Amino acid sequence: MELDSLYQEVILDHYKHPQHKGLNPVFTAQVSHVNTSCGDEITLNLNVQENVITSLTWDGAGCSISQASVSMLSDLLTDKTLEQADVIVKSFSELMASKGTSAGDAEILEDAVVFAGVSKFPGRVKCALLGWMAFKDAAIQSQGESK
Amino acid sequence: MSFSVAEVRKDFPIFERTIRDGKRLVYLDSGATAQKPWAVINAESDFYSKHNAAVHRGAHQLAEEATDAYEGARAIVAAFIGAHENEVIFTKSATESINLVAYAMGNAEAGNRFALTSADSIVVTEMEHHANLIPWQQLAKRTGAQLSWFKVTQDSRLDLSNIEQIITPKTKVVAVTHQSNVLGTINPLEAIVKRAHEVGAVVVLDACQSVPHMSVDVAALGVDFLAFSGHKAIGPTGVGVLWGKAQLLDELPPFLTGGSMIETVTMTSATWAPVPQKFEAGVPNMAQAVGLGAAFQYLSALGMDQIRAHEISLTDYALKKMLTIPGIRIVGPQTNESRGATISFTVKDIHPHDIGQYVDSQGIALRTGHHCAWPLAKCMNVPATTRASFYLYNDEHDVDALVEAITGAQEYFGRF
Repeated sequence: MELDSLYQEVILDHYKHPQHKGLNPVFTAQVSHVNTSCGDEITLNLNVQENVITSLTWDGAGCSISQASVSMLSDLLTDKTLEQADVIVKSFSELMASKGTSAGDAEILEDAVVFAGVSKFPGRVKCALLGWMAFKDAAIQSQGESK
Repeated sequence: MSFSVAEVRKDFPIFERTIRDGKRLVYLDSGATAQKPWAVINAESDFYSKHNAAVHRGAHQLAEEATDAYEGARAIVAAFIGAHENEVIFTKSATESINLVAYAMGNAEAGNRFALTSADSIVVTEMEHHANLIPWQQLAKRTGAQLSWFKVTQDSRLDLSNIEQIITPKTKVVAVTHQSNVLGTINPLEAIVKRAHEVGAVVVLDACQSVPHMSVDVAALGVDFLAFSGHKAIGPTGVGVLWGKAQLLDELPPFLTGGSMIETVTMTSATWAPVPQKFEAGVPNMAQAVGLGAAFQYLSALGMDQIRAHEISLTDYALKKMLTIPGIRIVGPQTNESRGATISFTVKDIHPHDIGQYVDSQGIALRTGHHCAWPLAKCMNVPATTRASFYLYNDEHDVDALVEAITGAQEYFGRF
């Protein structure tokens, strides 16, 4: 079923068992984003020390895709440098814009390639990107802080 | 029910197509927009292919035919809601209709009955669609008027227990929905209209979810302004209606200004054409208005009372069947008293968006989210809901399909 390409096991597993959920009070940037079409909300706390993401925690409410995506994002970016994070976020954004034509770069995105199926459902791309766009804002804020 | 849903469906070409790899289309999103019958599609197409010209201008035959068609549509709309023709204003949408009233009130100068100051209040309700909340919220900001609102009770009704404290002698306008687009609740207007008129306020009714589904008579309702969109009433997109009492429309200043809404013009001043032209600046959405006329003729031929009876019996069936699903919560009246055929719900442990996605895979079109009524979602303590809204082309098979799909979603997402 086409739906299975959207709801991969890994995605539903992250949804049921979200990683890095619960905000770390220590952070260099805090960002809240809302999906205006459905009301999903995410708050991200990002902590950057010497250009390395030492913690990326979040809280929020939303659909399986938005919650699993931010869960996987936190897993993927923790302990990465901001430059490495930038490459990963760009690669994920490209995958989301691919309308089902890309399988995603597993070397960069690791488990997050399971979101390839989401790109076939235009209504859900925004869900998958919610946490990632919040991270982009948080990274810009953190860089501003350190300068 | 005195009409056959199977026959009605034949008039709507969209039901000839299939969805998601050959599945039957189960369209349960008429609260967002209704499907269109051939009669409407043809009326719009015929206007362009046979009569197209700018109405109210032009000394030629096409202009005469176009004007006749457009004004003919106005007469049909007026008859449909029990109004006089010169009280019916075509807009591009219900949103524009409500903004027209709000902005025109904002244009009123001191001495005009609509002029607002910080000594006045505007009353809305917590169950309004954003289209009947934000224009008033912003008008309050611009004029300094106070914004007050009726709360919604946990059983999904307006709390009118404090009506005399909410609608006070300071109140100039009360904006309320006829039927909630989320809860399905049909509001008791009599008490609101009575109290508003007692204190000299006007009542603006959002009738988007009622006019397409039941017989609405503006005189019987006693409201002062009424707004609805064409596309929710099987008409085209791009056309909405504002109805207002003739005397009030005379006193209300214009909103959009420009061509065809004037009487005389100099380089520094202008006077206004009589209503409704005063509120129809620019070349209007003619083909769409004509299409709306065809839509109302179609609905009238079936009979609005028959459509309402059909929806009541379908809602009865749907509520009973849906309430048997374990973990379901109907967000709205649990019984069929004073409610329309819009049923919002949540299912335990499955996000509304995921429910929507699963049922879509079964060919069923629903809406998910806060349905442009964010404060209401907060008041009902839900981040979002899934909404099924029924219309004249839906039947019990559609309800069965929905119930089966919700159960299917529970199995699908219950795998972990």
